[in-house]
This record gives sequence, structure tokens and C-alpha cells, in this order.
Amino acid sequence: DIDNVGRKYHLKLVLEDIVEKDNIVNCTAEILYHLDNTNAAPDVHFEIEGELKNTEEQDNIFYNRIKSLKKELVAQNIPDSHGNVPPEMEPIRLLAQAAAGYVVWQNSTENTRYELAQIKRVRQVKRSDDYLEFDYMVLLHEFVSQEIIPWQMTVLWHPQHGVKVTQNSRQPKHAEH
Amino acid sequence: DQVLRATAGDEAQLALLRALGEQEELQVDFWRGPTKPGHPTDLRVPFWNLQAIKSFLEANDIPYSVMIEDVQELLNEEKRTMRLSRRLERSMDTFDFSSYHTIEEIYDWMEQLAAEHPSLVTRLQIGESYEKRPLYVLKFSTGGAGRPAIWLDTGIHSREWITQATGVWTANKLATEYGKDPAVTAILDNMDIFFEIVTNPDGFAYTQSTNRMWRKTRSLNAGSSCVGVDPNRNWDAGFGGPGSSGNPCSETYRGAYAHSESEVSSIVDFILRHGNVKAVISIHSYSQMLMYPYGYKTEPAPDHDELDALAAKAVQDLAAVHGTQYTYGSIVDTIYQAAGTTVDWAYDNGIKYSYTFELRDTGRYGFLLPASHIVPTATETWPALLDIMEHVLEHPY
Repeated sequence: DIDNVGRKYHLKLVLEDIVEKDNIVNCTAEILYHLDNTNAAPDVHFEIEGELKNTEEQDNIFYNRIKSLKKELVAQNIPDSHGNVPPEMEPIRLLAQAAAGYVVWQNSTENTRYELAQIKRVRQVKRSDDYLEFDYMVLLHEFVSQEIIPWQMTVLWHPQHGVKVTQNSRQPKHAEH
Repeated sequence: DQVLRATAGDEAQLALLRALGEQEELQVDFWRGPTKPGHPTDLRVPFWNLQAIKSFLEANDIPYSVMIEDVQELLNEEKRTMRLSRRLERSMDTFDFSSYHTIEEIYDWMEQLAAEHPSLVTRLQIGESYEKRPLYVLKFSTGGAGRPAIWLDTGIHSREWITQATGVWTANKLATEYGKDPAVTAILDNMDIFFEIVTNPDGFAYTQSTNRMWRKTRSLNAGSSCVGVDPNRNWDAGFGGPGSSGNPCSETYRGAYAHSESEVSSIVDFILRHGNVKAVISIHSYSQMLMYPYGYKTEPAPDHDELDALAAKAVQDLAAVHGTQYTYGSIVDTIYQAAGTTVDWAYDNGIKYSYTFELRDTGRYGFLLPASHIVPTATETWPALLDIMEHVLEHPY
């Protein structure tokens, strides 16, 4: 506890590559949850031991594939009810997970735990520049309340410039209660 | 590879198309050959040659369209559907444990299991859901009258599909291992097992028809447009306390009063009437945890040490199967404060061995766990369940 500031956590963690299970990286982090301002995202500082895997080749393959689509990509329910993800949608899903990570960070407090539950809908938005743009509607699962929260995210990505979430907003729950 | 449909306008264009087929090195393959002007010609063109062929057609003013964007895709799809129908045929006589099933399929399978093991398994009805679906329990018994019993339930939260699927596998395992596995045989020679697999059938049906993420029951709430009560906040143990909500629109809505839900009161009535239940194991997902009371208060349960030691062993034996790591402890310490839970009620009603599982995974798929996880999850949970059941057998009270 830090008086008048907030609460700081020192973490030692292990990052595991989802795709290549043997690839693990040690990490230390410091998280500061602010006392007063519930609108401020926690401060995060981290250090990685070693390097993250180079994914240039796969990134470029994905980038070129999407760039060469004749019609903008549209998809729903990833994964589907049975947990299936068509192989060509896997990068779309990984991108959503990265973007959702940002959204979760911005909305986390000591009393929340968010997971990305599902991509309800994703729509590619054509751009005149080099970036790929996707408009996602995802469902976040908040553990403590057990609520499923629809969330809109506008995500930009470029193999060299990485992920940017340019817009995101919590959506009202469906009235189909 | 793509399939293009080209239409020659005259004899000259027709000749050009035929020539394409004659040049072997182009590897153009006619699915419908050039016949007459005005009639379509379908050509499969390999990926590496697409640009050249298209340019050729365009340069010669031969109109064409893309009939099949990706031939490989179609082949994959076909293989997939063929595999699916073969699996369907097989499941007519052997149930497919590695896929998710509908309520009807599970209920039918239960009847079948009882029919195949008549001296061990019976399917009982303990009540009805809000929408009047039967609440079925499989009774595993080798005789006696009112022997000490173990209660198991899965699917109380309908969106936790891995639990109902694990329930089916486990029930099957119990039936088939009796008389073979010494531990199962010892347990069933001395105790009865009651297993409710689809504990929240209305919710389960709703996850299949309308909303995959539905958790609660489907009871209508007076004065609210929101439906359903969290059946794991509706038990009379710390009912109404922090860790449950008074808002009908909330996922953790406790209900108007304890045991308001027939899905819950049916179990309460059954267990109290039975009078000799010695263990209650309620199975949820996800998070990979094994927990014991309390959830509604931070004060440790009187049997904390024994329950903790048994949990430690169970979790270790679970991890030994596929390396899946579980955490364990009391509900309030391990996951969050929760009031009105199944296991707290059981414990406060004298059932010492009250445990709740949170099965795979830890959030990557969450509720939408792929079917390929069903058998591995059930397989690894099995030794943990056995550890608990054996302990109950060896520690009568």
C-alpha cells in the first residue's frame, strides 16, 4: 500500500506462447492501482527476460492475404458454440485477443478479472493507407460479477507498426433477457 | 486453385479456349469443355497460373467469371461433412463422448445406460424445471437400503458445457468400471452415487437455441423484464449476503428467496429426504480450481485442514494425467466471495465432504471450450473424483 496513491503489486510471471507451447519467457512487472480515480487505468511497468518470438513471416502472410481479398472480411461467432475456430480465422482471433488486452487493461481494477469470451462479429473496414482495420464486437466475461459484456473495438494493425485500438466502447446488454 | 467460367462468343474464341487445354504445361483442366459459342466452358486453373490465364482471356475479350474461388476449401469442407456423417452413423450404436450433445441426446443416452446396466444404474426424476423439463438423476447402486451416498452434479450453470459433457463421460465410466476397477467397485459395493448431469435443463436448452452465454435458470422474475436466477446463489447458506445480487438482471441474482428455484429445491428435498448423503460434489467451469466451503464467509470451515489436504491430493492426481494445473482452497480464498452456494448449504447441513470443481480452461476458450478437450478433461478429473469418493468411503461419519 502506498499512502494517498494506491496499491502496488510486484509480479513475477511466465509468458507462454499460445501457438508454440515450448516457447516461454520470464517476466517481472509492477502494477499500480490508483486510489481515487476509478477511471484511470492501472500503471503497468514490465521487463521481459530475453526476446519475444519473431513472427514477421506469419504476419506478412496474413497481411498479404487480407490485402488481396476482393471483398472485405466479415465473420461471426469466433469461436463458435462448440469452441471451433476455422484455421483462416485464427489470426483474426489472435488480433482480437491483443486488442482486448488493451481494453481490459484500461478497464481493470483490483476487483475485476476480464477474459475475452467470444468475437460476436468482425468486419474489415477498407482503408486507403497501409493499415488493416477491423471493427470488432466482442463479448468480455467479467469473472467477479460473472457478467458477459458486449464491447465494440476498432482495431488497426500493420506488420511493422503493431496493434492500435483507436476506438472502444462498452455496449448495452441485449434486451433478450 | 480456381474454377473459371468462360463463354466463347464465336468460333475463333472457342478455338483459343481449346488451345488452352491442349498446352499441357499450362495445367488447365476442363470441368466442362468448350463445345459451342455461347455455351459456358468451365476451367480449373492452378493458382500459379491464374494471373496469366485471366490476362489471356481479357486480352482476347473472352468474358469469364470466377465460379469457385478456392477449390481446396471445397475439398476440405466435403471431407469435413463426410467425417461428420460417418460419426453420426457410429453414434447410433456408440455414443460420441468427444462431442457436445443436446438435452434430448443426453436424456436418451441416460435411459440407454440404465438399460445396459440394469442391476447398477437407474434413471430417477427428482422434480421439474421452471419450464417443466424433467430433472433426471442417475442412481448408481448395488443394493442395500439407504446406504451412505455421494451426490454429484454438473451443468447447474448452463453455459459451462464442459461440465455436462464431463458428467456424461464420468457416469459412463462409473457404470463400465464397476466390477473392474477395485476403487470403483469398493465404493459402489458400500455406497450409492446420485448423479445429476443436466442440473439446469432450461438454461441448457437456451444456450443451444438462443444465447450460448446463458448462465441462470429461465424463471420469470415478478416486476422485471429480466429472466432467471443464479442457481448457485439460491441456496440457504448465507443467503442474501455479499457475493450475490438482489438485481434480477444480474448474472448472480440470488432469487426472491432461498430455494425459490425448482432446480434447487428439488435437490434440497431429495438430499434431506435421503438423509444419508455424505458428500456433495458440484462441478462448474472454468478456472481450474478445486474448492471447499465457505464461500459466504471468510471464517474457515471447522474441517478446513482435512478438506484442504484431500484437495491437495486430488489436484496432484489430476495434474499427473495431462499436466493440467489446478489451484485449491476455500471458495472465498480461491475464487471470490459467493453467498448461497450449493456446497456451503451442503456443508451447513452436515455434509462434511462438500467440494466444487472449476474445470478447464483458464480463459483462452473459457466457456467455449473445444470438444477436443472433453475427453482429456474428463479423464484427468476422474482420479480427483475417485480420491474424494475413496476418502469418503474410508472415513465414515
